[in-house]
Amino acid sequence: MLKLLGDFIAELRAAGIPVSMTEHMDAARAMQAIDMTPRALVRATLAATLVKDSDHLPVFNAAFDVFFSLRSWEGAEELMGESGDEGETSAPTGANAPGARRGTGAGSSTMSAEELAEMLFRALRDGDVASLRRGAGEAVSRYAGMEPGRPVGGTYYLYRTLRNLDLENLEARLGSSGGTGLAQRLARDEARARVEMLKAEIEREIRERLVEDRGSQALAKSVRKPLPEDVDVMHANREEMAQLERALRPLSRKLAVRLARRRRRRRRGPVDLRHTVRRSLSTGGVPIDLRFKPPRPNKPEIIVIADISGSVASFARFTLHLVHAISSQFSKVRSFVFVDGIDEVTRLFEGADDPADAVARINAEADVIAFDGHSDYGRALSVFHDRYARDVTRRSTVLILGDARNNYHQAHPEVLADLHHRARAVYWLNPEPVGYWNSGDSVINQYAPHCDRVIECRTLRQLEAFVGELA
Amino acid sequence: MTSLDPREELAERLGLDHVPPVHFASPEEVRTRLAAQGYLSDEAIASVTFLADRLAKPVLVEGPAGTGKTALAQAVADAVGARLIRLQCYEGLDESKALYEWNYRKQLLRIQAGRGESTGEEWAHLEEDIFAEEFLLRRPLLEAISATDPVVLLIDEVDRVELETEALLLEILSEYQVSIPELGTVRAHQIPLVFLTSNNTRELSEALKRRCLYLYVGYPDVARERDIILERVPGISTALAEQIARVVRSLRSLDLKKAPSVSETLDWARTLVLLGREEIGDEDAAATLHILLKYQTDIERATKELLGRAKSIA
Repeated sequence: MLKLLGDFIAELRAAGIPVSMTEHMDAARAMQAIDMTPRALVRATLAATLVKDSDHLPVFNAAFDVFFSLRSWEGAEELMGESGDEGETSAPTGANAPGARRGTGAGSSTMSAEELAEMLFRALRDGDVASLRRGAGEAVSRYAGMEPGRPVGGTYYLYRTLRNLDLENLEARLGSSGGTGLAQRLARDEARARVEMLKAEIEREIRERLVEDRGSQALAKSVRKPLPEDVDVMHANREEMAQLERALRPLSRKLAVRLARRRRRRRRGPVDLRHTVRRSLSTGGVPIDLRFKPPRPNKPEIIVIADISGSVASFARFTLHLVHAISSQFSKVRSFVFVDGIDEVTRLFEGADDPADAVARINAEADVIAFDGHSDYGRALSVFHDRYARDVTRRSTVLILGDARNNYHQAHPEVLADLHHRARAVYWLNPEPVGYWNSGDSVINQYAPHCDRVIECRTLRQLEAFVGELA
Repeated sequence: MTSLDPREELAERLGLDHVPPVHFASPEEVRTRLAAQGYLSDEAIASVTFLADRLAKPVLVEGPAGTGKTALAQAVADAVGARLIRLQCYEGLDESKALYEWNYRKQLLRIQAGRGESTGEEWAHLEEDIFAEEFLLRRPLLEAISATDPVVLLIDEVDRVELETEALLLEILSEYQVSIPELGTVRAHQIPLVFLTSNNTRELSEALKRRCLYLYVGYPDVARERDIILERVPGISTALAEQIARVVRSLRSLDLKKAPSVSETLDWARTLVLLGREEIGDEDAAATLHILLKYQTDIERATKELLGRAKSIA
């Protein structure tokens, strides 16, 4: 058991959850203190001792399902009953007999496709978990077409099974209770929740068969999910994107609190000579008591220029959100967005009490397409320079967000050179990995000499670190 | 394996003559005894409460506002028949409000009363005297540690204190003791149950998290929310409770500024009962939605999404 726990913790650490030595020991002690038979109790125990952040729970759950899969649990339980838990170190995944269980699945596949659909429908309608589980197993055997030994995470099997089950139809049938307004909506939501249950059940089934096939450690590696703050923004799928959106709000709030606190703590300004000399009169001209000027609030003015064309749109949205969420830390924030035309969107943020609302309105209201709707950095920067260069001063920090993929237009780096000359600093945040820079139509190397720093910024963690540094 | 039982080990460190018995024998027992207090727990809540008791470790409870974090501590206290000592945290909370303070007025009186006999020896005697327990004002943390009757300590909204103040808690959380420079170390006479709650407005320090078990209390699922409504709202029908729970789930799935909490759900349920409703019609929902949602934009969005129409001004 200790070995299994060690492997499990190694996996959590590999996924990015910080588990300390003390926590490992706590978990081990807790395992001794509890009755190990109910799986839910073991899950709760490990979660309470190892995971200290609610954002990490989904990752924990995924890993737990692989290492302590339901089926292996039953197997391990039987085994423990026979030989006691003395010296039981092999991962329980190896302990069960796959043949027997898989046999039951294959044996009953005389069911026709219609019968299976009907069975799932009835199980969902009545909330019958046992037959739902059986139906899910049946569906996986029938449709997933799993091949042993393939190093995959199971997403493809899941996709194949779900496509064959025609869940939309199922959901529609479940939710078609009639009624109006509220009643109808409630029925629909209930149907969706139940279909989600089926999906989860199928996913679990596939995962368990994969565990049997390949062992938990190997599988854990393929299904490992990054923590929300480590998700690559440019390649996030829809589910991850929703996660990111959810993570952003608390993140920006925490960042604002942290920055405000840091500012408060730096209490001293430079020595106030005049005041010090006046105080020194009472000590015969010896400046014993130093006086300081109140600290000058060093609040930079931020100008954000963001590419919002398809490929980097989400990254721009996150950055704008984050910068405006902590706008109290800056003396002024102005935002511009561009594709091949450029438009100021500061006004959208001014009225909104939640930056998320303003960000949502950018796409609809900003006038950013001048010609063909492909990013043109050269043109956008030139237009910016013509219209707003006067507003860029020694107090302004200019942030440019984008991948510098210019669609083979003119780059006009000299415009950026002039902006750099006027501004306090120019930073370029590039959401692409460094390895891709300057490949294809990326012209980041033409702009780089005119920036103080060009920063790779792919995840929320990197973004937060940078914005925190800025304030 | 020769590792000691955590409770035995702590009892030995605290110098107790016996190991205090556990309050709960199993998670199921936690569940039934909390239910007897009108608190419906789920698997995770019951397990973690059981573990906290069994392993003698504090519990850090996190989750959205209004999901019953504080109520959990109260219910546990009632279930084990202990006194609940509550420390409400706020920005600017310091040692003298959380731990202890010397009652300097009383000390001053003592000094004045003893005036005239101030030889050196007398003074040493006096000094010893005025830093005695008699002149100590106990604040919640010290109160909980030095209590001889069973107590449950609740440190509420711990995320509100500054990072530096958090350090005050560390000694209590891991050692169940308080060091007072003039007096020495005050050790607990028993093993109190400790709950900390946080609304997650900032990241708590690693040191604090490491010392605690972690429990995330999210919004309950439909079945549990229905049971909570049935438990807490007298005279409500099961059908109505179920419908309310479903409406609230649908609302929480929308992208709202502030999703309805369990306590708001209960308020809504009570209102509907007062109105004498047996089921929720569209009109009732539209008219009472403001009990669940606190932002105008949220109400508009919910009306549009759930009732399929723009809010009519009645």
